[in-house]
Amino acid sequence: MNVKKMTLDGLLYQNPVLVQMLGLCSTLAITTSLFNGIGMGLSVTAILICSNVMISALRKFIPSSIRIASYIVIIAGFVTVVDLLLQAFLPTLSENLGVFIPLIVVNCIVLGRAEAFASKHGVLASALDGLTQGIGYTIALVLMCVVRELLGSGTFGGGILNGGEGIRILPEELGATLMIMPVGGFLTLGCLIAAAQWLMNRRKKEARE
Amino acid sequence: MIGEIVGILLAGLLTENFILVKFYGICPFMGVSKKMDTALGMGMAVTFVMGIASAACWAVNALLLVPLELEYMQTVAFILVIASIVQVVEMFLKKSVPALYQALGVYLPLITTNCAVLGVALVNVQEGYGFFFSVLNGVAGGAGFTLAIVLFSSIRERMEEGDCPKSFRGFPIALMAAGLLALAFMGFSGLKIG
Repeated sequence: MNVKKMTLDGLLYQNPVLVQMLGLCSTLAITTSLFNGIGMGLSVTAILICSNVMISALRKFIPSSIRIASYIVIIAGFVTVVDLLLQAFLPTLSENLGVFIPLIVVNCIVLGRAEAFASKHGVLASALDGLTQGIGYTIALVLMCVVRELLGSGTFGGGILNGGEGIRILPEELGATLMIMPVGGFLTLGCLIAAAQWLMNRRKKEARE
Repeated sequence: MIGEIVGILLAGLLTENFILVKFYGICPFMGVSKKMDTALGMGMAVTFVMGIASAACWAVNALLLVPLELEYMQTVAFILVIASIVQVVEMFLKKSVPALYQALGVYLPLITTNCAVLGVALVNVQEGYGFFFSVLNGVAGGAGFTLAIVLFSSIRERMEEGDCPKSFRGFPIALMAAGLLALAFMGFSGLKIG
């Protein structure tokens, strides 16, 4: 088990959002304030770790013909747990994220990691994979949130810092509401993925030279 | 009644478009939109499954989960229902309507993990829609999905030939185009009947 490589892959070179382009619905929809981004990222990370561990532990017992259905049921179980916990202890977050919490069931990252990694590797490696991929997802969400919130409402850390108001960086009248609308989501993600591709290309070029 | 029906149709198609306003089903939207005919096929398959799934999930919720007070099992129950519907529809089409299966077959397995289908089932429950309105909402949402994906694919077909910076090639520039399409759809917000 190559811990260093897995960590780098999850966070950067195989980042689930910026490189593998999975789980885009939630990435685009809920990244309007830092609070939502971190909350969603950590929820998905927790679900990824749990489902990866469970699927990896059961991988010898699940017949391959019904494996996808079994994975979905396992994932849906953990999603329900997280959904109920959030409703009980973080009602604001649960309200902000709305239907996107139950929709984690069909988030391609979770099912993708189950199929591509957890079904072939041991429990410990799968847990680590869930953790690194989850954190990679969280990083992408946080990047999206920071950009959109700064340009959209001119603040940083909305929902968490400064009593939920966020720290004002740009004056209020400069905020382009467009950026927290759906359009802003598409544009920001487009630019972020372009930046990731630019970095990858440069890295490849350096490796060649 | 008529006003409500038109309102739901209008919301599904334009003002609350599933992809461009609510962000359900972005994966197939980005993945299967390179050619217009495949986009149309995907859109039709999604509309079909969304209609049936809305009906089935309504039935499961109203007849099974609510009387047994198991509402917290909604997510698990709905995804199972959707997965089995997709499987059944696939088998049914293969046997009885081979022409339609030829057209939609390859897209059907992908639909299980399409957020739009699970999304519409959950939204129907949240909104407290009855059977008729659930199905209507499902079909209207699917039609909105089809509209968006077909429009987007025709933009992408033209974009193939355009020249753009190397880092933006492929996915990023497609996202930019989707952003502009979403901007256009923002113009519909505020449109309201009933």
